[in-house]
Amino acid sequence: MACIEARALRKAFGKTVALDGIDMRVEEGRILGIIGPNGAGKTTALNAILGLTPYQGELHVLGRDPWRERDRLMRDVSFIADVAVLPRWIRVWQALDYVAGVHPRFDRAKAEGFLAKTTIRQTSKVRELSKGMVAQLHLALILAIDARLLVLDEPTLGLDILYRKQFYDSLLNDYFDRSRTIVVTTHQVEEIEHVLTDLMFMDRGRIVLHCSMEEFERRYLEVMVRPEQLDAARALKPLHERQGLGRSILLFDGICRDTLSALGEVRTPSIADLFVAVIGTQAGQAQGAA
Amino acid sequence: MSTQFNAIPESALASGAGSYNEISVARRFYWLVKREVWESRSVYIAPLAVAAVILLGYFVSAINLPTRMRAASGMTPMAQGDMFAQTFGTAAMALMATTLVVAAFYCLDALHGERRDRSILFWKSLPVSDSMTVLSKATIPLFLLPLLTFLITVALQICMLLLSAAILLAGGQSLAMLSHLSLGVTWIALLNHLVVGHGLYYAPFYGWFLLVSAWARRGTFLWAVLPPLAIGVLEKILFNTSHFGDLIGDRFGIGGSATSGKATGMLAMIADSPTLSSPGLWIGLILTALFLFAAMQLRRRQGPV
Repeated sequence: MACIEARALRKAFGKTVALDGIDMRVEEGRILGIIGPNGAGKTTALNAILGLTPYQGELHVLGRDPWRERDRLMRDVSFIADVAVLPRWIRVWQALDYVAGVHPRFDRAKAEGFLAKTTIRQTSKVRELSKGMVAQLHLALILAIDARLLVLDEPTLGLDILYRKQFYDSLLNDYFDRSRTIVVTTHQVEEIEHVLTDLMFMDRGRIVLHCSMEEFERRYLEVMVRPEQLDAARALKPLHERQGLGRSILLFDGICRDTLSALGEVRTPSIADLFVAVIGTQAGQAQGAA
Repeated sequence: MSTQFNAIPESALASGAGSYNEISVARRFYWLVKREVWESRSVYIAPLAVAAVILLGYFVSAINLPTRMRAASGMTPMAQGDMFAQTFGTAAMALMATTLVVAAFYCLDALHGERRDRSILFWKSLPVSDSMTVLSKATIPLFLLPLLTFLITVALQICMLLLSAAILLAGGQSLAMLSHLSLGVTWIALLNHLVVGHGLYYAPFYGWFLLVSAWARRGTFLWAVLPPLAIGVLEKILFNTSHFGDLIGDRFGIGGSATSGKATGMLAMIADSPTLSSPGLWIGLILTALFLFAAMQLRRRQGPV
């Protein structure tokens, strides 16, 4: 069964179309990264999946209609929608008590185990914690929920690199067990690159690309073309061409590795490079600035 | 469809899913209300602080109680008892006024604060419906605050009574006048006044305030007050009547007839409470239900502001 299934999913705010009739299917046990420039519709798509916003079209998450059954769905789905959304007045032990009080799948001992590895004290208020500690607390709460789908929307935005690294490490080591599904959006593409099993690019409310990482590695190749072979390489219709270290780097879709290795050094492009190639230079600048 | 749906994935889950205990609605509701009290500590701190100040003031003024009692020695114990009753009544009314203000501000912030600090995104990540959340918030002014006011008033009046008795005894005076206080009867009337009057009869105000707090992006107080005011003014200009204003005034001024006659005391005032059999109360509750329903729908759609 698909974890998430959407058909012709559409959402408009006034005249602005945030989701332009997207179709998607995410199988259980995948880690999907959604990447796109600001305003691409990522957050809107996630909000629809989480039952936070009404939509047009068809959408099923774990077999349920998220808009109609949000509270029921939240037993099987957990999410971090943004950094620093924990209420500032709450004390750590109160947060633990409350989640344990309302969530049947919350394992308090597990959450306390995560917290024991940090410097967070249970008597502290959230407002007394640093931004990184709040993220750790939120993660401890969320990872202690035995959910089948975890949705993370920019979960590490504004955190320093140490916390970001820890964040994805504990996500992989302590949480992911191949029966769960994780959907994550981020601007820091390079940090999740090694984590993902699936990749999705969004732009202007549409899905531009959706493939597994195996497919990504098979299909897309980047060649540092020797200058004398540039014309031959261009004849193969690269997706994108850029300059790097005094060489032209051309990115190809679906060209055999042997053909390309005759032109220069071949390697798998980074997700960021493919993103720039697919979405375009303008979006690439926005990505770089973020 | 749902049974089939449940059967497949749960068997596929390695970590023994399906063995989770359901949490009953009552239990979850209990935690929701508890969370409200954690967040809005003014709910109990404000009346307790006012009670403490009243007690302190009473203590200071009670020091010369024997002298005053001697001066009033010509009065009957009944009349002397009335003097006490008035002081006790004032204390109760100060507490009632306090919790009404607390209730109003609580309601205005209840569904706005969580959007302002974005914590709504955390609350909504837990399996709690919007209806239940709104109901748990409405519980505070509808039931919790009236009951709390009652308990604190009773405790305060007992303290005041003991204090007076101790001072009178120390001054070698009779306690006869205190026995005319008939606090027991007053407390029953007070409980009725608080639960039916402050809780249920004022319910439309709380409902409206909660609705505004779920709707307004900012300035909840202005949105709560200005539109009703505008309706009143418009009515005055267009029809030269003031039915809308009277409606609100009448509802707010329960026991309004008694406020004119101060001498009648607290018992008379609270005896004037609306009863469960008055149609106005039920019309108000229907209106409250509509306001709360709208607030639930809004919370379902609203994100952070």
